[in-house]
Amino acid sequence: MTAIPHDDHAHHGPAKGLWRWVVTTNHKDIGAMYLWLSFAMFLLGGAFAMVIRAELFQPGFSLVAPEFFNQMTTMHGLIMVFGAVMPAFVGLANYMIPLMIGAPDMALPRLNNLSFWILPFAFLILVSTLFMEGGGPNFGWTFYAPLSTTYGPPSTVFFILSMHIMGASSIMGAINIIVTIWNMRAPGMTWMKMPLFVWTWLITAFLLIMVMPVLAGLITMMLLDITAQTSFFNAAGGGSPLLFQHLFWFFGHPEVYIMILPAFGIISAIIPAFARKPLFGYASMVYATAAIAILSFFVWAHHMFTVGMPFAAQLFFMISTMIIAVPTGVKVFNWVATMIGGSMTFEVPMLFAIAFVVLFTIGGFSGLMLAIAPVDYQYHDTYFVVAHFHYVLVPGAVFSIMAGVYYWLPKWTGNMFHEGLAKVHFWMSFVGVNVAFFPQHFVGLAGMPRRIPDYPLQFANFNMISSMGAFLFGLSQLLFMFIVIKCVMGGKKAEAKPWEGAEGLEWDLPSPLPYHTFETPPEIK
Amino acid sequence: MSSSTHDKTPAYYVPESSRLPIAMAFTLFLLAWGGAGWLQQVAGIQENTSGVWIFSLGMILFAATLTIWFTKTSREHMAGLNSEQLQDSYRQCMKWFIVSEAMFFAAFFGGLFYVRFFELQWMAGEGAKAATGMLYEGFEYTWPLLVNPNPEAVPGPQEAMHWTIPLINTTLLITSSVTLTFAHHALRKEHRSGLKNWLLATIVLAVIFLGFQAYEYYEAYAHLGLTLDSGIYGSTFFILTGFHGIHVIMGTIILIALYFRVLKGHFTGPDHFGFEAGAWYWHFVDVIWVLLFFVVYIF
Repeated sequence: MTAIPHDDHAHHGPAKGLWRWVVTTNHKDIGAMYLWLSFAMFLLGGAFAMVIRAELFQPGFSLVAPEFFNQMTTMHGLIMVFGAVMPAFVGLANYMIPLMIGAPDMALPRLNNLSFWILPFAFLILVSTLFMEGGGPNFGWTFYAPLSTTYGPPSTVFFILSMHIMGASSIMGAINIIVTIWNMRAPGMTWMKMPLFVWTWLITAFLLIMVMPVLAGLITMMLLDITAQTSFFNAAGGGSPLLFQHLFWFFGHPEVYIMILPAFGIISAIIPAFARKPLFGYASMVYATAAIAILSFFVWAHHMFTVGMPFAAQLFFMISTMIIAVPTGVKVFNWVATMIGGSMTFEVPMLFAIAFVVLFTIGGFSGLMLAIAPVDYQYHDTYFVVAHFHYVLVPGAVFSIMAGVYYWLPKWTGNMFHEGLAKVHFWMSFVGVNVAFFPQHFVGLAGMPRRIPDYPLQFANFNMISSMGAFLFGLSQLLFMFIVIKCVMGGKKAEAKPWEGAEGLEWDLPSPLPYHTFETPPEIK
Repeated sequence: MSSSTHDKTPAYYVPESSRLPIAMAFTLFLLAWGGAGWLQQVAGIQENTSGVWIFSLGMILFAATLTIWFTKTSREHMAGLNSEQLQDSYRQCMKWFIVSEAMFFAAFFGGLFYVRFFELQWMAGEGAKAATGMLYEGFEYTWPLLVNPNPEAVPGPQEAMHWTIPLINTTLLITSSVTLTFAHHALRKEHRSGLKNWLLATIVLAVIFLGFQAYEYYEAYAHLGLTLDSGIYGSTFFILTGFHGIHVIMGTIILIALYFRVLKGHFTGPDHFGFEAGAWYWHFVDVIWVLLFFVVYIF
């Protein structure tokens, strides 16, 4: 390959000062901003969770008003889903995908910056609803109608419009990622040579493009029900609250996989690196990811088994849901098979990755229990559900993000993070997450409903344990912030490839990364 | 992009830092913030919000930013900065955007389908085990639904929309797709006057369509009692035709912008992404209409 002569514009460095971050078109800058925003939102949503767990520390203990408690559960869910987990994965995609496929940047850099900068404004609107007359959203993160339409607070309109621009940001970000992967791969980077993180993001972006517009349509119907007295979710006028749930979960279930597929990609990069073995069953991983994505369009009503659906529909959604366990099982099998016989070391990214495999599998199994329609009648809307989705989202999605951050932090900053402190962070998080969420299985099975500020005495012990675990987990994230900032400020210099077994184009580049990379496409062997 | 052509093409154009994205994000903030305040006022939830002014300011700035942005990209294109690979990126981006638009409409079509084939029939007593049938005693399912389940709370429309004007509109839109394709062919053959005339004809057809649509809405409100608040028939009717209408307006603006670019001598036979994207969008809007014509007006 001959070197390509560059125009001058290709050599501009970053602008000076804070303005650099506002006007940047550089995928690394934008990726970093996504990650910082996500972390800020993680702390904010975490603070809301601390309020929830403090209120539930003891029965009858009234720390906050029940109305405010409802706003906390709602905002915790919304902020964590749309503000913490999704932007973190988009940030990692922005930062890493161009490096992994040998591209000079994202396909449409200005659009990329727009996708990011919408988010701070959207969350400004969302969080400001807490200070409005009547308070913020108090109907749960699923904002079921008519609770959110007929009975919602006046600020619901602001909530809806902030979701609209957030969704626009997601769609634009997803289009950018798909086009980057499709069109910007270096010569020789064939489909089946792409790292799994790239594959999982390609499929995730497809899911985003398919379902975020459905969410937009849904909240538009809500908006019309509230402001123009349409009857979409009003049975008196011939509409149906169930229509809301069907549309919401048609978006909502693929959304769940949007939050976990990129995690699969990160784990599939880290486990081979520290097991010093190529990933077991690469092709089957790709096909399993695609299978999960396709199936995710046909399972939505398993969130609504108790609403009164025809028997045939319950049966269909039960079976389709359980089929998802097959490709997911393929993935877990492959990760374990990668580790077997490897010369494993247990650096911090690997610790998070192993914890992911174990704890995500627990969350997957409780998901299978919930998929069984007749027993779901007992579990529905109990703390068992809360335990289930926190097991897949916290030690699932969030642990994978932390694993990814520790894995690539030396590459981004050029410095090694403090290994000892990071191990403390891992163990505190690991213990905290299990103490917080495992007891919730028990109280849920015993019948404690979710989204309530108080509970009968028999749930007291487990709730107190759960709250203590949550506080420990919350505290340990401040340590995480300290470790990351310390690493950004300085530390032992990192080599280009700080992890012995790591594979991929990003490790051929120097650490820290130059501002522009792969202006000439690399050669792929 | 095939890998072998990389050797010959210039480097992928990564634009320098740009103020456009932050300006656009800020206008979206104004639109959302102002729009919410305005809607609260419309709905009578809050009085005298300044929302309408913030929204209007946002709209002006949005239009300005969008215009500057597209002017800039078309200048970059005319300056030859766009490699074949970047053109490919734009093309793929537009295709995925249309997919997302299709899914937006799918939510409304899906809602209509669910209401008609499941929910209203259950409310009328279909389905032996459904308790839904006991909600409103004596409710009967008809479509278009003129008598709502609770006619006191939500009075239904007096009449359903007739299909004659929509049939004219269908003819207009299909014809406009054909004239736009003629314009496209003329462009490919570098036949500039044909391009101009066919494009102009398309714009005229689009405007006539919008006129008929406005007349239909006037009829609905003035004579048929078919309004947004007249129950699920009115709700689905207006959300589908309304969002389609908004897309026709956007498509018409795109076509007019293309027309001015054509007058300025933009686009060549082999190289006319802007035109192509506008044409795709227009055909998409057309396809949605044909689907909508059948499920909203005919069946």
